[in-house]
Amino acid sequence: MKTLGFLLEKEFRQLLRNRQLMRTLLLAPLIQLIILPLAADYSVRNIAIAVTDNDHSTTSRRLIEKIVSSGYFKLRDYTASYPEALKQVEQDKADLALQIPAHFERDLVREDKKQVYVAINAIEGTKANLGGAYLGNIVTDFNSEIRMQWQVSGTGGTDGPPQVSVASSNWYNPFLNFHLYMVPAILVTLVTAMVAMQSAFNIVQEKESGTIEQINVTPIKKHIFIIGKMAPFMVLGIILFTMGLLVGWLFYGIVPLGSLWVLYGSLIVYLFSMLGLGLLIATYSGTQQQAMSLSFFFINIFNMMSGVFTAVDSMPDWAQAIVATFPPSHFIKIMRPVVLKGSGFGDILPEILWLLALGLILNTWAVLNYRKTA
Amino acid sequence: MKQLLTFIRKEFLHVFRDRKTLLMLFGLPIAQIVLFGFALSNEIKNTRIAVVDYSKDAVTTRIISKIAGSPYFNIQRSLAGGQELQAAFKKGNIKMAVIFPAGFGDDLTHTGKATMQVIADASDPNQATTITNYLNQIVLDFNAGLAQDAAQPMQILPEIQMLYNPALRGAPNFVPGVMALVLMLVCTMMTSVAIVREKELGTMEILLVSPFRPLYIIIAKLAPNLLISVVNLFIILFLSDIFLDLPVKGSLLLLVTGSVLFILTCLSIGLLLSISAKTQQAAMMGSLMGMMLPTMLLTGFLFPIENMPVALQVLSNLVPSRWYFIIIKQVMLKGLGVAAVWRELLILTGMCVLLFGISLRNFKIRLQ
Repeated sequence: MKTLGFLLEKEFRQLLRNRQLMRTLLLAPLIQLIILPLAADYSVRNIAIAVTDNDHSTTSRRLIEKIVSSGYFKLRDYTASYPEALKQVEQDKADLALQIPAHFERDLVREDKKQVYVAINAIEGTKANLGGAYLGNIVTDFNSEIRMQWQVSGTGGTDGPPQVSVASSNWYNPFLNFHLYMVPAILVTLVTAMVAMQSAFNIVQEKESGTIEQINVTPIKKHIFIIGKMAPFMVLGIILFTMGLLVGWLFYGIVPLGSLWVLYGSLIVYLFSMLGLGLLIATYSGTQQQAMSLSFFFINIFNMMSGVFTAVDSMPDWAQAIVATFPPSHFIKIMRPVVLKGSGFGDILPEILWLLALGLILNTWAVLNYRKTA
Repeated sequence: MKQLLTFIRKEFLHVFRDRKTLLMLFGLPIAQIVLFGFALSNEIKNTRIAVVDYSKDAVTTRIISKIAGSPYFNIQRSLAGGQELQAAFKKGNIKMAVIFPAGFGDDLTHTGKATMQVIADASDPNQATTITNYLNQIVLDFNAGLAQDAAQPMQILPEIQMLYNPALRGAPNFVPGVMALVLMLVCTMMTSVAIVREKELGTMEILLVSPFRPLYIIIAKLAPNLLISVVNLFIILFLSDIFLDLPVKGSLLLLVTGSVLFILTCLSIGLLLSISAKTQQAAMMGSLMGMMLPTMLLTGFLFPIENMPVALQVLSNLVPSRWYFIIIKQVMLKGLGVAAVWRELLILTGMCVLLFGISLRNFKIRLQ
């Protein structure tokens, strides 16, 4: 126990002495947390449209006006022909091309139906998906508007067919604020990158500079050495997380609805599993470059797959099974509900158990793989 | 010249000797393309929802079975009431709840209208909007079915065509993004570390006192990374053609030209980082913190740039991957020619020349 005390003192001194590193470790993530959520706004509005109106009737003009004034669409250009509008889409000047064919109004009255043509650039799936849905809704709305008008001025009196209407409400984020969704997840990725990588580097650095051999020849037990190496980063992770929560509150007004005990409890379990990964990486690498390559490999995949940017639920089953082995995906599943919905300990228990299991596996593996003799 | 070749050979040996790093260099792009290409998608299906039916009549049963039949929804269970609903949302078991008030069917037949309530978990705003839209469509469909007897007059039928990516797969958007990300990080990180390492180990002194020209040192350091990146590029293109059904629609030569320009730009950034960093750790943190998240976010493949605050939009112009991303999309996915991307090519060339010039000027030939 006394050995551990001395080791901890050594590690903390080494860490605190390196001012440049401390600055990067604490300041860089906070600056990113302040700026990045501003960039991570995936709300779909301002869809640029190019319109070809071959009808030039009152109805066609009213339809266009309704689309543009909806707030989702931004009129880029009126083009003389549909191919020209498509060209705009091709050149990324417009996201969507709309053509109202000739005799639109006349056919609508005479034949009771008429098509309008829409082409959407679907490379960005979400935008295309939502854009199409918005446009569909607006056209349906417009349709019932003109129908009402004609019925009132025309035959009159008939009530029309029975209608089911939908009253929808958005819970937990009524204004559909994207920051609420992104800030907790970005905080997780930043803590992950800092803690897991630094702990790996820290051990490998001793390997590279040869000082690890000095420790290996001492009677220090390997688990004591490992705890000594991990503890400072556990503390660092907790400090970073706390500062991150403060930034979320000061800059984005996000106050966790759930209990802080639950948050910090899960954070410690999470850090335990990620430090295990860092240690494992360290045992497999001989140089800092290797440690960097390996941790970079994992962090990059964690960032993209853990549900920070795209929903894990819409992945195929095999991919969801892989993602379940990534500790960050579970911590994100804890952070978002606890911060946004106020979920309690019982709600997130399965995720905590996952983290605990992953942490035990990673740490056991790392300790078994760690040799005091080179 | 012979000196230079020998030196390049030395650098290649250094790189190829380190199997673990090499594995990462080639394993990362392969793993990412396969994983991301197949797993990431923007499509939202099989959303778990709960139904609370206070009415339990023929109409609600019909609507519920219509919802259950759609590929977008997966009815998790029928709940008894509000209290349970809260709990299910908090556990994250359901993303949406559909509630039919008592007497729903009666209202519809007698008064001609009835309102159902839909509650979406909007902690993920886009998902909430999308699934609410899907549900609206289903209800509209149902309404159209009701109205069939009284033929609907004046129907406007939008015919929507999804260009370039009719199935709304995630791959067409993610592959270019991943290409930009991987090339960028491999180039900057590997380069900066390779040079700083010599400083850290003290071998830089030996190089500097030799009659070897600084320019040659730089070229020799960059050569292996350039080669690795080009090989990576072809691996990615090959994989996305074979597995993801994303062939290069435009000219391969044009795409490779753009890619090499981008790679050179990234190598120059790595060079610049290596000049200011003193330790490998600092160089890595610099390239990771300074490059990874900004590249991910400001390139435009995850989040649309036009939504960002103006300051960030301006900032995004400085991110080389933003321009490269456009080049890949235009040439590889849309099959356009030089006319569509000359501006981006020019910008990358400018960035490359500028960055390389700066780092060449600042490359120190003295150790403090």
